[in-house]
Amino acid sequence: MNGIGAVTGSGTAGSGAVKGREALGTGVVTANRIDTAFEALRAAGRKGLIAYITGGDPSPEATAGLVRALAEGGADVVEVGIPFSDPLADGPTIQKASERALAAGTTPALVLEAVRSVRSRSQVPIALLTYFNPVFHYGKGRFMSEAAGAGVDGLMIPDLPMEESEKVRFAAEEQGLALIYLVAPTSPADRIRRIAARTRGFLYCVSLTGVTGVRRDLPPELAEFLGRVRMETDKPVAVGFGISTPEQVRGVAPHCDAVIVGSAIVDRAARAAGEGRDPAAAVYDFVRELRAALDEV
Amino acid sequence: MEQQLRVRVSGWPDEKGRYGDFGGRYVPETLMPALLELESIYLRCKDDPSFQAELREYLRRFAGRPTPLYFARRLTETLGGARIYLKREDLCHTGAHKINNTLGQALLARFSGKPRLIAETGAGQHGVATATVAAMFGLECEIYMGEEDVQRQSLNVFRMRLLGATVNPVRSGSRTLKDATNEAMRDWVTNVRTTYYVIGSVVGPHPYPWIVRDFQSVIGLEAREQILNLEGRLPDCLVACVGGGSNSMGLFHPFLEDERVRMVGVEAAGEGIDSGRHSATLSHGSRGVLHGALSYLLQDDHGQVAPAHSISAGLDYPGVGPEHAFLKERERAEYVSVTDEEALEGFHLLSRTEGIIPALESSHAVAHLRKLAPALGRDGIIVICLSGRGDKDVPTVASRLGVEL
Repeated sequence: MNGIGAVTGSGTAGSGAVKGREALGTGVVTANRIDTAFEALRAAGRKGLIAYITGGDPSPEATAGLVRALAEGGADVVEVGIPFSDPLADGPTIQKASERALAAGTTPALVLEAVRSVRSRSQVPIALLTYFNPVFHYGKGRFMSEAAGAGVDGLMIPDLPMEESEKVRFAAEEQGLALIYLVAPTSPADRIRRIAARTRGFLYCVSLTGVTGVRRDLPPELAEFLGRVRMETDKPVAVGFGISTPEQVRGVAPHCDAVIVGSAIVDRAARAAGEGRDPAAAVYDFVRELRAALDEV
Repeated sequence: MEQQLRVRVSGWPDEKGRYGDFGGRYVPETLMPALLELESIYLRCKDDPSFQAELREYLRRFAGRPTPLYFARRLTETLGGARIYLKREDLCHTGAHKINNTLGQALLARFSGKPRLIAETGAGQHGVATATVAAMFGLECEIYMGEEDVQRQSLNVFRMRLLGATVNPVRSGSRTLKDATNEAMRDWVTNVRTTYYVIGSVVGPHPYPWIVRDFQSVIGLEAREQILNLEGRLPDCLVACVGGGSNSMGLFHPFLEDERVRMVGVEAAGEGIDSGRHSATLSHGSRGVLHGALSYLLQDDHGQVAPAHSISAGLDYPGVGPEHAFLKERERAEYVSVTDEEALEGFHLLSRTEGIIPALESSHAVAHLRKLAPALGRDGIIVICLSGRGDKDVPTVASRLGVEL
């Protein structure tokens, strides 16, 4: 563990992604899917689209189909949420999705099972979004090894700040998983720098002070915040929270490498399911719209 | 690890906000700068004589401290065992120990320059205590309270509104204290630049368990001096109820180094441990992370937080303060549980023997005296924290008895 820590700990902003890949060696190919996706985007001069759904909503069986629909619609990375009973960084949309998923019997193991089933047909990069307690309860070593085995590429843990993250990061990296860190508009420059030095895959910028969920307007100071982030890192920068429409995607994209859309997708899947339509078709159409908007940038 | 086995029980938290393994700061990055700022404000105020003098004055002139340590003669005779002393936190302004903490935190909020206070509340005592200091200091105040608690503690809801606070009923999850805390955290994450979050117990991310414990330690510091004056020696045992654990930690902490003083925390066994409907987190939970700290937690096989239950809204919480988890694992404190039924018996027992109607929370501690006092024998001395008065619970007890008020 210490050996890996030493290698990654010495990674400076900008070189971390490359260094990390070298350190991982050739044994684990899965960890490179997120890095590869961003390298390809950069080479093509395109912006990335990261699409989120809550695993197990409306049922554990539906998740694999939804992930594939997001990928086929044009998502470069798919984020799959592990539902938690107390999602305190989430707004009403994802709270309700988590409640539905838990009511349907979703467990962390079933979410991993869904990822495994995606992997037999798709190489789309997949990152898990989970609160810390389910990982802690699973046992972080066991969780990382099973996640890697299922074909997961990375994970983000919104209630695990830098100060608490070291052992989790080592456990993830031992399995070739990227631990993706979050920075917020309240983070001062030195924290952004230290967090960016630790992140793998990309840096997740929380667009606003608040919880997840659809917003009519994004904060006017967002571009300034992303400018501050750019000063501190050369790693890929993705922006999420509150981004829900093609117009917003177009507005944010020039300031970052990728845009993350969550609640708006969850909302469309839920509405389709509620109206007896196919949720996978609904999110596929929506992601295509977002993709088209992004490609105009 | 070997060093940990010989580790001290007092002097925590360390610089990472840990009590042994427990505690820490498991919060979204958005809140981290605010927590670091609060820590530095508290470090400055903690050892600042003028801050401490001002707090002491508010505690004395506004909250009515020191509270008496009262010898419960008829209760002692009725139980036929150890001499029982009541630490009368029920006599504090607003009717519970919660004001000790909110006065301290209001002063910290003033240092932070934030004009708005938010708080979670279960029984409503912390909400009332927060609304009270907000009114006194001229700050804006918003309280989050589970919808179920809004119904069963309607008196306190109205008190908060009289004091000028906005009360937001929380309809998510189990609609109790846990969900009120989630909602308060969501508010804080949104308004962190203008808002000071007054956490009401020794829970939450560092530095809160530390700050709240220090502000509540006035209970134990006074009790220690008072019992030495009255009895010429330290008590054999301290007893207090544990929900999040602030009144118990406040009583226990100044006695941690007194190895011969036993400490018993009483949790809510609700409808019985076997029923699954209880809040006995330390007695029957396991390690987990909730609301920013690693501590004990009621949870299912997949790390989902399990719903808690207690007749007392203030104990109805599936988590507990990290320092309690530490004291349990170090075996410095013992944790037991009593059921709703037993707590109600404790409620009646104290009312009829001493003329004091206790809060249902405190009634759990009273109920445990039935076992503890006889076991310690007539030479024993017990100090129990009577954390709050029972006026707010009269409707709950009446409806249990089938009485329409």
